[in-house]
Amino acid sequence: MTLRAEAQPPQTEPSARVRRFGRTERWVHRTTAALMGICVFTAACLYIPQFAELVGRRELVVRVHELSGVVLPVPVLIGLFFRGFRVNLGFLNRFGPHDRVWLRGALMRDKRRSARPAGKFNAGQKVYANWIAGATLVMLGTGLMMWFTHLTPIMWRTSATFVHDWLALTIGIVLGGHIGMALGDPEARAGLRTGSVSREWAKREHPLWKP
Amino acid sequence: MNPEQPEPEVAEKAEGRPLGRRVLLGTLGLGALGVVTAPVLQKGMEGVLGALSGKDPTGLTGLLPNGGGFRYYSVTASVPHKNAANYRLTIDGLVDKPTSYTLADLRALPQTRLVKDVQCVTGWRVPGTPFEGVRLSRLLDAAGVRAKAGAVRFTCFDGAYTESLTLDQARRSDILVALRMQDKPLGHDHGGPVRLYVAPMYFYKSAKWLSGITVTEHVKPGYWEDRGYDVDAWVGKSNGRDDDPTS
Repeated sequence: MTLRAEAQPPQTEPSARVRRFGRTERWVHRTTAALMGICVFTAACLYIPQFAELVGRRELVVRVHELSGVVLPVPVLIGLFFRGFRVNLGFLNRFGPHDRVWLRGALMRDKRRSARPAGKFNAGQKVYANWIAGATLVMLGTGLMMWFTHLTPIMWRTSATFVHDWLALTIGIVLGGHIGMALGDPEARAGLRTGSVSREWAKREHPLWKP
Repeated sequence: MNPEQPEPEVAEKAEGRPLGRRVLLGTLGLGALGVVTAPVLQKGMEGVLGALSGKDPTGLTGLLPNGGGFRYYSVTASVPHKNAANYRLTIDGLVDKPTSYTLADLRALPQTRLVKDVQCVTGWRVPGTPFEGVRLSRLLDAAGVRAKAGAVRFTCFDGAYTESLTLDQARRSDILVALRMQDKPLGHDHGGPVRLYVAPMYFYKSAKWLSGITVTEHVKPGYWEDRGYDVDAWVGKSNGRDDDPTS
């Protein structure tokens, strides 16, 4: 896919592909995904008995989990230094009237295109992006309370564990949905892999996006 | 980038309300609220899940937080399996008669059965779990503890885990060298064939895969205690926790 897109000289079909993500956005996504993957895998090894029996080495797994968790927000923070990334965050932040239509369509399971108007990001992607950012920070905060136990009062530690456990389960499910939807849309994946998508896909999935 | 393609239209960004930020901050706020209300939520959740897990043939509720049941923790990559043929428990150190017990030897001694809650320092608690085995005090008395002894150190055949108790603690009647758990022979995953069972303390004191008991002069902190856990691990009175006592 990558090879073909790059090998194609622009003069054959100049507007066949439109630019969706720059280098910064792609690398931020890649590194965040990798770190999140490590967090989820090590969490499974600490939490699910069958995995724990397979892997053991509890102390090492705990260390890897803690480190990948603390580093998880770093790619996004570095991304903030780049204009292209901040522009995309702006898109994710702003909700227009069409987003309300999209959300209603999603809730009603209305699959017609007219029920799902979207700009560069659809309303679902916006909600997901902002929620996972907030959830990651909650995981970071509760994780630090569990890690540096002497810094927090007695009650807080148990409470932090409770929130960390339940939010982990929720994130696991939501992340599964995120990955599942990406698996169902090869062109969306190509967008994050190569940076560009077909004009036809852009028109169909993001009709209000003016690239 | 293709120079013909214009920058992403700023208009789409500028119009619309900044609701994304609110979703993010709202999630953060809910997280904080969760931490504050956790003690209440946790009690309710334990009740519901405890009732559910009793009628759950799939065992999936066991994977939910506070879903009940035991969790497998091992500090090493793999633990050798021992059985009646090759298992040995040695007792040495400051004793008159260093001894080595086989599994059959231990089974031949008088057995004590205790049914109490198990409380892990990470939060999970399993109610009313039967443990059965030989009182540690009986093994210590049989070996003849010398006068200057003050503590007992436990080693395990996983090759890494260690624990210890003061001699006074070790002589309590609710501390067993356990051979059975939940009225079944101790399986490998639960630390079988023989584990320590320290009823009144957090479960990390109940060393799995017990293979050695050494009587010493002073307490030497065990594996997790070198990593910050309390040596005197009374349930509800240590590790900054306030769980109900188990024994």
